[in-house]
Amino acid sequence: MAKKDNNFKKTDTGNSSSLMLKFAGFREMGIFVFLIILVIVISIRSPVFLTFENIYDIGLDTAILAIIAVGEMMVIITRGIDISVGTGLGLSGMVVALILAENWWIPPWLAILMGIAVGAILGSFNGLLIVKGKIPPIIATLGTMSVFRGITFIINFQVAGGQWVSAHNLSDSFKAFARSTFLKIPNLILIAIIIYIIFYYFLNHTVTGRQIYAVGSSPESAKVIGINIDKITFLPYLFTGMLFGMGGVLWVSRYTAAQTDSGTGFEFTVITAVVVGGVAIAGGSGSIFGILLGSIIIGVINNAVHLIRVSPFWKLAIYGFIILLAVIVDKAISRRINKALLERRKI
Amino acid sequence: MEMIDKSKKTFSVKSFFLRWEVLLLLIFIVYNIIIIFTTPYYLDINNIFDMTFIFTEKGLVALIMAFIIITGNVDLSVASIMGLSSVAMAASYQAGVNIWAAFLIGLLIGTSAGFLNGMIITRLSLPAIIITLATYSFYRGIAYVILGNEAVSGFTKKFSYIGQGYIGNSPVPFPLIIFLIIAVISIIILHRTTFGRMVYAIGLNEKAAFASGIPIKKIKLLLFTLSGFMSGFAGMIITSRIGNTRPNIATGFELEIITIVILGGVMITGGVGNMWGVFISIVLISTIRYGLGFHNVPGQIMLVVTGGLLISSILINNFLKTFVSNRVLKR
Amino acid sequence: MKKSLMWLIVGLLCLSIIGSFSLFGCAQEAAEEPAAEEEAAEEPAEEAGGLSIAIVVKNIGNPFFDVIKTGWDEALGELGDESIFRGPEQPTPEGQIEIIESLIAQKVDGFTYVANDPQSLQPICKKAMDAGIAVVGWESGIVPESRHLSVEPASAKDIGVDQVKMLAEMIDYEGQIAILSATATMANQNTWIEYMEEELEKEEYANMELVDIVYGDDVREKSYNEALGLFKTYPELKGIISPTTVGIAATARAITDEELIDQVELTGLGLPSEMAEYVHNGACKEFGLWNPIDLGYLDAYSTHYLATGEITGSPGETFTAGRLGEYTIEEQEGVENGLVYLGGLFTFNIDNIDEWKDKI
Repeated sequence: MAKKDNNFKKTDTGNSSSLMLKFAGFREMGIFVFLIILVIVISIRSPVFLTFENIYDIGLDTAILAIIAVGEMMVIITRGIDISVGTGLGLSGMVVALILAENWWIPPWLAILMGIAVGAILGSFNGLLIVKGKIPPIIATLGTMSVFRGITFIINFQVAGGQWVSAHNLSDSFKAFARSTFLKIPNLILIAIIIYIIFYYFLNHTVTGRQIYAVGSSPESAKVIGINIDKITFLPYLFTGMLFGMGGVLWVSRYTAAQTDSGTGFEFTVITAVVVGGVAIAGGSGSIFGILLGSIIIGVINNAVHLIRVSPFWKLAIYGFIILLAVIVDKAISRRINKALLERRKI
Repeated sequence: MEMIDKSKKTFSVKSFFLRWEVLLLLIFIVYNIIIIFTTPYYLDINNIFDMTFIFTEKGLVALIMAFIIITGNVDLSVASIMGLSSVAMAASYQAGVNIWAAFLIGLLIGTSAGFLNGMIITRLSLPAIIITLATYSFYRGIAYVILGNEAVSGFTKKFSYIGQGYIGNSPVPFPLIIFLIIAVISIIILHRTTFGRMVYAIGLNEKAAFASGIPIKKIKLLLFTLSGFMSGFAGMIITSRIGNTRPNIATGFELEIITIVILGGVMITGGVGNMWGVFISIVLISTIRYGLGFHNVPGQIMLVVTGGLLISSILINNFLKTFVSNRVLKR
Repeated sequence: MKKSLMWLIVGLLCLSIIGSFSLFGCAQEAAEEPAAEEEAAEEPAEEAGGLSIAIVVKNIGNPFFDVIKTGWDEALGELGDESIFRGPEQPTPEGQIEIIESLIAQKVDGFTYVANDPQSLQPICKKAMDAGIAVVGWESGIVPESRHLSVEPASAKDIGVDQVKMLAEMIDYEGQIAILSATATMANQNTWIEYMEEELEKEEYANMELVDIVYGDDVREKSYNEALGLFKTYPELKGIISPTTVGIAATARAITDEELIDQVELTGLGLPSEMAEYVHNGACKEFGLWNPIDLGYLDAYSTHYLATGEITGSPGETFTAGRLGEYTIEEQEGVENGLVYLGGLFTFNIDNIDEWKDKI
């Protein structure tokens, strides 16, 4: 899988003759086509869908998901999985919100840094269990998933007596943060863009970033060529932690409340976004661009089921059906492209 | 103790204690001693049998899930299939179908849902986790489409026997017997038949298994169909036990079931695992929840304990392994 | 290197063992630290004189039930009973069944519960009643066969009708309205919505049109998105009723974010602490709730009297609930056992929100 990816990249950057082929060589083609079809179908059904305000809302909704998906992708590339992202998000959001409720002077950027710090602790705990404790990732994070949620309850009870942190406990600057804009772009979306640029650079142009792919494609050969496997396996969990820590704070700012059950089931959404984005669950391949598309698809579906005026009871079935369709269509299209590319090579 | 006999030809005390199931059994015994001394209610024969009501549905599905995970796959849609088949059964009963015919419809729907999973996975050669992640929402969604905000109840007395009944006048619940029978069958199939060997082979190395002529696709399809069937059956049991159904019945069971299987020592990467371990794990997790219940432990602590147990039991096992291998090396 | 790694593992191992066993430990002495949960609760060892009475809530970590618990513990403190507070981690009936099963096994004297799905709890409650346990249901249209007595904050009809009236006042009896509820299967919300629809049939609401009912599942981001969806699909929307605490707060946030204050009015049932912000900024000018502290208090007294046999739950009986005074069990049509009403809906607005926002 990873090998094929590299070949595509060669055609991509190399002496490709036609634009068409350059485009087809792009691994996320299938999912991209699917997204366009989806958008067309929805906009026929609901004229509001393609208005500026709605796209803006989709952007705001997708930002947190997209941010955390970056971490999850890196974890999956190294053949791991992190199921604790939802409860980790809840815990870091709760910790920071409880501090903020007592300290209104804390500016939003500091709050975000605090979230990243809390997340980093949680993430490195996951990483240590997996790397030093040699626990398979799914088990370690399945365990910490419950542990994080439990701690959220306990902390909330100890500090606030079981009261959620609500809007009037938070400072105005923090509440306004997620939606206020910089150069007409809301901060939430801006942060997501910055994260994507950073990690695009990290994964494609740094040694450590490339080593993550190497370890995922073949841990044995990675070891042979002298890559520090422990370090490379640990890092994605640390990054995921930092990202869900940040996501937790942004979540509190966006919905202006920290609940003990925030982020319940969010792990499923994140993993779905990553998987729809074409990241191979067996590790070794996946791209920033793919998960961006994956997250946008989830955002679009979530937004659309509210707009297309169907009975509320149909929403979940439609959501599930579209995900199923996305995966199948992607598979079918990428198969075609592979075939076409192979045939061309023969000539 | 049958598992010692069949474990390995060369028996050694050390490797015996390193066996995962034995470790689980030890945890189970220690836990039980603590709990017996701290609460008077635990050692009551009626209570112990009543406890089994809570785990039979999850246990049944976990048995099949163990097969699937040993082949290196996973089925995330089981709880949604439970919900879907339960709702399908209730809807047909409401429409005037005879209760047992409705029961069969429920089973049929569950089986076909599993079959559909298997077909997509094998035909498109897509990872099971992706497809079942999608059908996890899709099947649950159909359940909502069928029943909406309704709940159906008022099933016949005879139907409620499946989930609530006792064998004669004894305190032994009927579903427990079913569970035990299926557990024994699963143990035999996995450990004593060629089919069981094939399941391990697929999990250890799918390509090698394919090359040696094992019908991988057929086996996968069969396992996912079976998983659908068993989820459907578990759905019937829970419907009967609760006495009614609604679209969100059995929500969140999938993670509990997977936790049980993994705690039972089945490697998520496939190829390694033992049905005894799964069996002990089912009993262990339910006794823990049950025992802590007597102390009225708040749910939040329950969460920390279950999570901590999962992590620490594997840490203990890893530690023991390193410890023993170090000593061997020194010698 | 090898050695240090081993020590690290040993360390982690010890920590986790100590961790899990100290948790078992504090399980035994429910009054110790993490279980400081049971603030006012008596230590189990001292249960000697009193009864042991349990309360089963929809889910743990929900502040509404923590407030209920304040009143509950206050009353049981007065009565000298042992208080057991339980709830599943997720709001599912399966979790509640497991808890009630364990309460029956440890032979509590009585328990009160609010059901995630009343019908699902019927067999297990019947089992409890057969075992001689006093069973009191509250607030969620509990099936009569599965309780001895029901404690209601107000009659379901009043709760539904009052919310419609509040909204009608705000929008001058004119325009499109929508309802944003909890999950589609929540019994109490569904009953209230039925009464709302019935009320809207009346003449004075002829110009009001109920265009949609959506479900936010009591999940904040979902409720928020449902609200956004309503604004977009119905640009003419005048008002929203959200009879659930998470839903109303999320909708108020959505109204604030979309700058629709005064264009879309909002009312429903909410917690003052969560709604204070939005009452001040005008997103929700008035909303209702009953006093959860008193509700917990009344629950405790009625369960206690039922467990001691002072009342049996049949209509006409009276009892004194501590500081709340005397209550009479009212009749419910076609049912043997009766209902107790706490009182009516209490409304919160700009005049009184500040005195309540730190209490509940």
